[in-house]
Amino acid sequence: MKHIISALVENKPGVLAHVAGMFAARAFNIDSLVVGRTEDPELSRMTIVVLGDDRVVEQVRKQLAKIIPVVKVQDFVGQSVVARDLMLITISVPPEKRPEVFAMIEMFNGKVVDIGQKFIMVEIAGPEDKIEAFINICRPYGIKNVARTGTIAMPRQTKTDAV
Amino acid sequence: MCSQPASSGIAARSLQINQPLTGAQIIVRTLLELGVDTVFGYLGAAVLPLFNELYSAENQSSSNITQNVKITDDFRRIKMTQKTTDTKTGAQIIVDTLVEQGVETLFGYLGGVVLPLFDKLYDSPIKVIVPRHEQGGCHMADAYARATGRVGVVIATSGPGACNLTTGLATAMMDSVPMVAFTGQVRTDLIGNDAFQEADTTGITRPVTKYNSIVKDVKDLPRTIREAFHIASTGRCGPVLIDVPVDVSVAKYQPDGSEKINLKGYKLQTKGHSRQIAMAAAAINASSRPVLYVGGGVISSNSAGELRDLADKANLPVTMTLLGLGSYDQSRPHSLDMLGMHGSAYANYAVQECDLLIAVGSRFDDRVTGKVKTFAPNAKIIHIDIDPSSISKNVHVDIPVVGDAKEILSALAENVEYKERKEWFDKIAQWKKKHPLKYDKNGTAIKPQYVIEELCAQTSGKAIITTGVGQNQMWSAQFYKFTRPRQFISSGGLGTMGFGLPAAIGAQIARPDDLVIDIDGDHSFNMTLNELPTAVEHKLPIKVCILNNGYMGMVRQWQQLFYGRRYSCSYLQNPNYEEVAKAFGAAGMTVEKKSDVPKAIKQMLAEKRPCVVDFRVEQEENVWPMVPAGKSLNEMDGLDILESMA
Repeated sequence: MKHIISALVENKPGVLAHVAGMFAARAFNIDSLVVGRTEDPELSRMTIVVLGDDRVVEQVRKQLAKIIPVVKVQDFVGQSVVARDLMLITISVPPEKRPEVFAMIEMFNGKVVDIGQKFIMVEIAGPEDKIEAFINICRPYGIKNVARTGTIAMPRQTKTDAV
Repeated sequence: MCSQPASSGIAARSLQINQPLTGAQIIVRTLLELGVDTVFGYLGAAVLPLFNELYSAENQSSSNITQNVKITDDFRRIKMTQKTTDTKTGAQIIVDTLVEQGVETLFGYLGGVVLPLFDKLYDSPIKVIVPRHEQGGCHMADAYARATGRVGVVIATSGPGACNLTTGLATAMMDSVPMVAFTGQVRTDLIGNDAFQEADTTGITRPVTKYNSIVKDVKDLPRTIREAFHIASTGRCGPVLIDVPVDVSVAKYQPDGSEKINLKGYKLQTKGHSRQIAMAAAAINASSRPVLYVGGGVISSNSAGELRDLADKANLPVTMTLLGLGSYDQSRPHSLDMLGMHGSAYANYAVQECDLLIAVGSRFDDRVTGKVKTFAPNAKIIHIDIDPSSISKNVHVDIPVVGDAKEILSALAENVEYKERKEWFDKIAQWKKKHPLKYDKNGTAIKPQYVIEELCAQTSGKAIITTGVGQNQMWSAQFYKFTRPRQFISSGGLGTMGFGLPAAIGAQIARPDDLVIDIDGDHSFNMTLNELPTAVEHKLPIKVCILNNGYMGMVRQWQQLFYGRRYSCSYLQNPNYEEVAKAFGAAGMTVEKKSDVPKAIKQMLAEKRPCVVDFRVEQEENVWPMVPAGKSLNEMDGLDILESMA
């Protein structure tokens, strides 16, 4: 099962290496890992997507918490969260196919950020399955390049599942 | 009032902070630190001490000359520009912070980038023991910590020095030993350039330390060192490494005492949850076949007394892991001795048949559990541990209690009641009677177990025992009967061959009045025998008993049992240890006859120098019983062999 784990860490050199090293040393699988600054310059947030059963993920959570510069660890499983990926994707698109591709991009709330004779680059954000769906739809045209951020997530403040 | 210009050109010595200072000394020193080079003064009774100090500052010559001060008669030219300063080098800050942390002895090996540090250690009250190899120094600091409970300190230089620490750090990490290691590093502007003797020390040691960090600004040194000692010695203890580039060691900073510990991510849970404790107590009271299974955590939390009280009050049998030995007096009737792969049959049977297993400060290591799926199959499991990540890591735990064993055990003792459990204790007594730990006493060869039994008898079971790894270690655990904590010092988790001799040195330095004996294997001893001169140099009366069978004994046993007796590469030619010992300046003996064993041990114990005794023991003796890897605890090999013995 996929778990989104959010770790608040001290913004110090070596913390990422420590976290990544722990995952490797204990043979835990990382699906994605995102690090970014927070509102507090002394803290960064790591969002880690991990695959494993509850026991494995429980260990992941505890082993993360054990790392000294890791301040707080949350497993978002069972919680209502907003989870988003950002992707840049370059697709081969000859001029005659532009209209249908543009329509598709609009449907996915994407944005064209670069365009050439034979390609367009699209910026698209959303839940992981939406990103995957967009990639699949683009496949027939020919995908030249994909760059993805990996998942970031935040629990909803309201207790509804809306949006 | 006549003006009297005093002498000029006085040299002053930068004073040691460790000696109490007079007010006058503080004034002179502060003036020097402020960069005052000229003082104008006139004598009077009240300022005589000050002038005296200025005079003696002039006449002291030292490498620490910092400034010249001229004394003239014009007061008005003294300008105080700032408040008292006390600028120190990074190296001095390290030494001062070590003194502040109560460090009396450390183990360190020199090298280019730690020269500033050793220069400051030269004048410090800290005793420095120089090993012959950094690994030895690391094991010494480790054993120093295990023997006392205090933080062991080791220093190594950059590159190879730091790399040589890794085995020792991993050993301490696996066995949760409080240690602080300092490594030198190349200048900060050279880091990453593959400079001479550069290694990515924090990168290399990250997986084998509880925490590590590199200090790139001298201002961070005092705080980082305080944090290191705090992290190393609290919670689940472990080694912490601080990497100090040489330019940070010589950079100057004036610590102002504000460098407080600041660890947002380090939270300790020491007090057990009261509801969990109540559940655990209820489970103990309801149990008809309980077993206490205790590990090194009872020793590192200094809770052997609380453990004994709980076992007495609730009437519980106690089995120990290798590292738990000493936490419960093995001469007491409720002791089941050690459990696990080479544990006693009665301990293993009791664990497999118990209805409640109370684990305290132990971590369900594979050498303890055997096959996890069939481990203690009928038992509810209580796990008391300071490390939340140990709970349900290997074995599912029913009642976890996270916190300090000392507090939890005493809270438990208040809530349990005495139950007779006659049936259970009768059963245990039967197992004990049927499967005692024993060996074949017939024959002319010296049995290694006999050497240990004799050693235990002649030392009244009071010596501190260190070991190598392998058969020597298992026999020591089986046949020396430990009665108090911190008496058995052995590399459990990592299984580091070569631990015995440096550990004996570290333990003897920590406990100068105790008898320290290294029971070693020949090949374990071979790995670190270069530390013998360290023992000789410091006149340490350690004893080394080599159980010399020529083989890597435990490896040979596995080859015999699981590889069709194909002794591939496990027999090596040994030196004459008696001569080796003598060449190093230690006493040496060789014992080849069984009848000579008692006399040789007596002679060894009377020896004041380090003493190495080479016992030529039965070559193909095996450690029994044995739970083969991957088998359940009750599937022990060798019970039939033991039973057939007289």
